[in-house]
Amino acid sequence: MKYAYYPGCSLESTGREFAESTELVAKALGIELVEIPDWNCCGATSAHSLDHKLSVSLPARNLGIAEEMGLDVVAPCAACYNRMRSAEVEMRNKPQTRAEINESLEKPFQGNITVRSALEVFTTPETLDLVQKNLRYALKGLRPACYYGCLLVRPPKVLGFDDAEDPKSLDRAMAACGAEPVDWYFKNECCGASFGIARSEIVVKLSGEIISNAKKHGANCIVAACPLCMTNLEMRQAAASKMRGEDLSMPIFYFTELLGLAMDVPGVKKCFASHLIDVNPALDAIVEQPVGAET
Amino acid sequence: MSEDSSDTTACSLCVPEATLDERFRDEINRLSGENVLSCYQCGECTAGCPAAYCMDVAPNQIMRMAQLGMKNEVLQSASIWLCAGCETCATRCPRGVALSRVMDASRHIATNEGVKPREANVLKFHEEFLKEVRRNGRVHEISLIAFYKLRSKQFFADVFQGIQMFLKGKLGLIPHRVKNRKEVQGLFKK
Repeated sequence: MKYAYYPGCSLESTGREFAESTELVAKALGIELVEIPDWNCCGATSAHSLDHKLSVSLPARNLGIAEEMGLDVVAPCAACYNRMRSAEVEMRNKPQTRAEINESLEKPFQGNITVRSALEVFTTPETLDLVQKNLRYALKGLRPACYYGCLLVRPPKVLGFDDAEDPKSLDRAMAACGAEPVDWYFKNECCGASFGIARSEIVVKLSGEIISNAKKHGANCIVAACPLCMTNLEMRQAAASKMRGEDLSMPIFYFTELLGLAMDVPGVKKCFASHLIDVNPALDAIVEQPVGAET
Repeated sequence: MSEDSSDTTACSLCVPEATLDERFRDEINRLSGENVLSCYQCGECTAGCPAAYCMDVAPNQIMRMAQLGMKNEVLQSASIWLCAGCETCATRCPRGVALSRVMDASRHIATNEGVKPREANVLKFHEEFLKEVRRNGRVHEISLIAFYKLRSKQFFADVFQGIQMFLKGKLGLIPHRVKNRKEVQGLFKK
């Protein structure tokens, strides 16, 4: 399987371990990722907040380049995936918008390819079978709260690869790795997203509620699938603990890191060094059980 | 509490007819692609909104104001700037109206008409973000934060976290730039 790969801006900086683990795991699973040449920012929250046309045209430029490559797009970041997919749908359904925007693009987008999230691609039944076949270390003892956030599942009319209110793909992936995902209430609640800079106290409150609920349901880590969720959940733990008067220290992983860990993909463990929150308490909880060691 | 606007101000819907602007409702419908008149005020959007607690006008009230054409009340609210765009309202609305799009449309009108935003820093952040995209084609986080701090004068917020990120190698000094910046800049022309 071969995809046009859209890393997005965050994966070049704050989310670099998401990029590294995505690329390593894709390779281990035989999924070829070809980076979209000269890709630009998707516009994120800021474009759709201030200028609707820009929120379509910025992703459309990337879609035009990918279409020429003849490949469907994979975007690991939830926000990039959401914006690229929204633009794809709007360009396909509104011929007038498509014509207008294509006029300013060197490579027009005609709607012949589609955008998928890395979570979607890594959790198809075939891929999870492959994960199980390649399982080297079952993550037994790891009890992740699988956190989807907003933009991977909403709005379902535009995205729709998983249920918007009770998504399951991430839980299935963790179960395939031998982990024991917990049942909890905040799997698709908002972390405060882009308010991290301008109104950080909103992020402290919302992220604090998420971590607190994960703890209450017995999780020993949270698994994220978005670089902004990851940043917010890691960066605001101290402030949220203070605000709520409870200990909210909690290791946060990208799901791709745990897929890599379970399959013992070389290089994946290096990703943990760039986490702001120490992941060792969660890793120590794993009962080391090499799978099929006797063969 | 800090300087936020978490106090909910009473919102009276008894307004003199002269302040109602039907063209505003039509403009919201046109820009959002939604029909605000479909809303029957069940309040589901407000019930699920993660940011409603800090808004001055509840999300369903924004919708009602849009229906009635209460342009100034909508555009001058803090709420339109505190919507995080999480799409919970759009997912749960029993009438299929995406309030998130109505919030977007309200922000577009407010910015185009130069309405002073009740949450000035949120607008400053979005503007600096887009300037960064225009300059480089991609967002370079250190530059974005530096320019935002210059404009918002919030020099000391999160300095510790910033240093921590830098030491973890998460904030590169050199921006990654798009080669064909001219094409990207062309997309910003109205």
